[in-house]
Amino acid sequence: MAIKGYIRERFFPHIWCPGCGHGIVLNSLLRAIEKLGMSKNEIVVVSGIGCSSRISGYVDFHTLHTIHGRALAFATGVKMSRPELNLIVPMGDGDALAIGGNHFIHSARRNIDMTAIVMNNRIYGMTGGQYSPLSGYGTLATTAPYTNIDYAFDTVELAKAAGASFVARSTTYHVQQLTKILKQAILHEGFSVVEVLSQCPTYFGRKNRKGTAADMMEFYKDNTTPVGSKAKKENPDLIERGVFVEKEMLEYCREYEKIIERAMKGRS
Amino acid sequence: MEKCRLVFSGSGGQGVITVAIILAEAAVLYENLIAVQSQVYGPAARGGATRSDVIISDSEIHYPKVIQPNVLVCLTQEAYIKFYPIIRPGGLLITDTRYVKIQRKVDAQQKELPIYRTVMEEIGNPIVFNICMLGAVIRMTDLVKAESIMKVLKDRIPSGFLEMNRKALNLGMKLAEDVKS
Amino acid sequence: MKNQNIKFIQGNEACVEGALYAGLDFFAGYPITPSTEIAELLSYRLPQKGGKFIQMEDEIASMGAIIGASLTGSKVMTATSGPGFSLMQEALGYAIMTEIPCVIVNVQRGGPSTGIPTHVSQGDVYQARWGTHGDHAIVTITASNHQDVFQTTVDAFNISETYRTPVILLYDEVIGHMREQLVLPKQGELPLVERLRTSVREGVNYHPYLPREDGRLPMSDFGGVHRYNVTGLFHDMWGFPSDNPEVVHDLIRHLVDKIRNNVNQIARFKEYYLEDAKCILISYGSSARSARHVVEYLRPRGEKLGLLELQTLWPFPHDIVNEKCVNAKHVVVVEMNMGQILREVKRAVERPERVFIANRIDGVFITPKDIRDILRVIQGKGV
Repeated sequence: MAIKGYIRERFFPHIWCPGCGHGIVLNSLLRAIEKLGMSKNEIVVVSGIGCSSRISGYVDFHTLHTIHGRALAFATGVKMSRPELNLIVPMGDGDALAIGGNHFIHSARRNIDMTAIVMNNRIYGMTGGQYSPLSGYGTLATTAPYTNIDYAFDTVELAKAAGASFVARSTTYHVQQLTKILKQAILHEGFSVVEVLSQCPTYFGRKNRKGTAADMMEFYKDNTTPVGSKAKKENPDLIERGVFVEKEMLEYCREYEKIIERAMKGRS
Repeated sequence: MEKCRLVFSGSGGQGVITVAIILAEAAVLYENLIAVQSQVYGPAARGGATRSDVIISDSEIHYPKVIQPNVLVCLTQEAYIKFYPIIRPGGLLITDTRYVKIQRKVDAQQKELPIYRTVMEEIGNPIVFNICMLGAVIRMTDLVKAESIMKVLKDRIPSGFLEMNRKALNLGMKLAEDVKS
Repeated sequence: MKNQNIKFIQGNEACVEGALYAGLDFFAGYPITPSTEIAELLSYRLPQKGGKFIQMEDEIASMGAIIGASLTGSKVMTATSGPGFSLMQEALGYAIMTEIPCVIVNVQRGGPSTGIPTHVSQGDVYQARWGTHGDHAIVTITASNHQDVFQTTVDAFNISETYRTPVILLYDEVIGHMREQLVLPKQGELPLVERLRTSVREGVNYHPYLPREDGRLPMSDFGGVHRYNVTGLFHDMWGFPSDNPEVVHDLIRHLVDKIRNNVNQIARFKEYYLEDAKCILISYGSSARSARHVVEYLRPRGEKLGLLELQTLWPFPHDIVNEKCVNAKHVVVVEMNMGQILREVKRAVERPERVFIANRIDGVFITPKDIRDILRVIQGKGV
């Protein structure tokens, strides 16, 4: 199916600012789904609140636009009830890791089969540029006028520690890699986390003098490196991208099927 | 029948609440009576004073708690001190000789029974202390038949323990007969 | 001989029996006293019938999970108490806005805050009504004995499916923990309302938020042939966000009217000796047991006392209360809070100055004596 077939055209134009990276993530996601040849009826997209979460409205799947931070909890209910559905949960960095941080680590711990996409623009965009848990020390935001003293999470390390069985990172510059990673993540049976560095020229960029959207994407090009590369050893400040974790682990819904079997046996 | 209001008291882990439930369940499931059981909850699962209320009647029970019990069982000194003043005049107060030292006269029949000692001497396992106490209660009150209690126990405990419980129940009934006569 | 259909169980267990009878498929919850037995029992019973149970990381997640599960066509429930109910409020509003059927049990304990976890209270009556933000309507039901706990739990599922609304079962610690008899109705004995699913076929436009003429909203399960959007934003008939004033106005009217216009269909109550009652007690939940005790005790002693036991608290049945109390000299509301239903009763009756309260707010279950003391004062007999 052509990519266009996956979007709800009449709900465009989208709400994202010119230069926003989120449209690129949407594009990559749809290409990944297209390449996988999935039927639209088997995909459920669950999102929370924020710029990134509006992605759900634009795609022609079963779409659930929930409340701030709780997308993974809602998705857990959908998945438990209908394990055959493919759950994709796009979230912003504040949505996933501040207000939704608890659900993030617990979903990872359970290894429930869904794909969590953390669209990391290091800022709360929809409310106008407040610092997020991924802004990092020394950044500027409307709520950090004297610079931010909060350290940032490392999404990949957090997901790994919480037990996610697939963990990857890419950027809006590396669209080919991003598409490939999203494909892998959706195919992976278990909790998959894909962090996507996605530029917000309007708030994070302007506040922190990061230049235009193109400048910010160039930053991704110049300051990231494939996982385990030699460049990283020489320059520890480089951000690694690629697949960090991909392991086979018992999946939650399949395990629950065994519980049902055991419970039913005990009865007869 | 008149409504019979019972309070079982002791310390957490003695099986006071379990016994209250077994009695009330036997009355409802096997004696065609109406019963309500409730208990006072605290934050601790073991230790501390416990209390469970049971009302047994042949007509509807609305207010489910016991204010003045006809039958009061106290299995610790602490429970005895706390609850003996609430007994209904002319009621029945059952205590265990090992755990409770009677201090005051109350307007009730006071029955000090060597329940713990008997269980240890005859069975050697304190786990059925509560069932032995229940045997005494049902013998003194004639609220339910021993067989009804045994039917409830059959549904609740592994069959290997049934005989020990039957023995404890009978011992309790025997203790009651001894003091009755 | 033992009758297999008679059980001697806690109120929390009676609620579980009712939920299973109504066809519960999915439960998500978080442990909290005094509701925990509901989760414990369902973790055992649900998988036996192929249902699903999950213990979530908190009550917010529990509420989210049941909403997600309901969207796929499951009958869903969660159970909690005060602090957990507070956490659920935002997602409860989401279920109201998106019209997703679900049942929320609140076994009340004393509050505010952590309060008095193992003791009884009825302090969450207003929270059930107005706990979530924004104008809305809600259904809240309670009961005073295990047979009624069973029945009202079944009713809660039926009402939830009929009106596509969350329904709150507002029980309390005394009812939840007390044990008494429950006679299990046979399958088929109580009517069950199943999800109204759309008859629109694949490929034909389905409008998920376009009510039928009778106000009901046929649903398509997530994962089915109709793909649509669900959002907590004001939305049009497609489920798409809209700030069109007409859309916003019509939706909020619809959400409120679908409940408000059916107050009398939703109202459940019981009455005892009201025909000639000079004094009427109005009560609900466990306190109605103490009130009933007083009525049964004083009637044979010549007092013209009656009891109106409310089961549906929200929408409050103003007309019914007004009609029942029209000939009463005094009305006494018996409850374990500072007068939450008292206020509604005063708003409902002709002469609010004749409405009094017999209450208790110290964690102790209200006694018949508490009520009789108040009655004596009202009747000018002194304490």
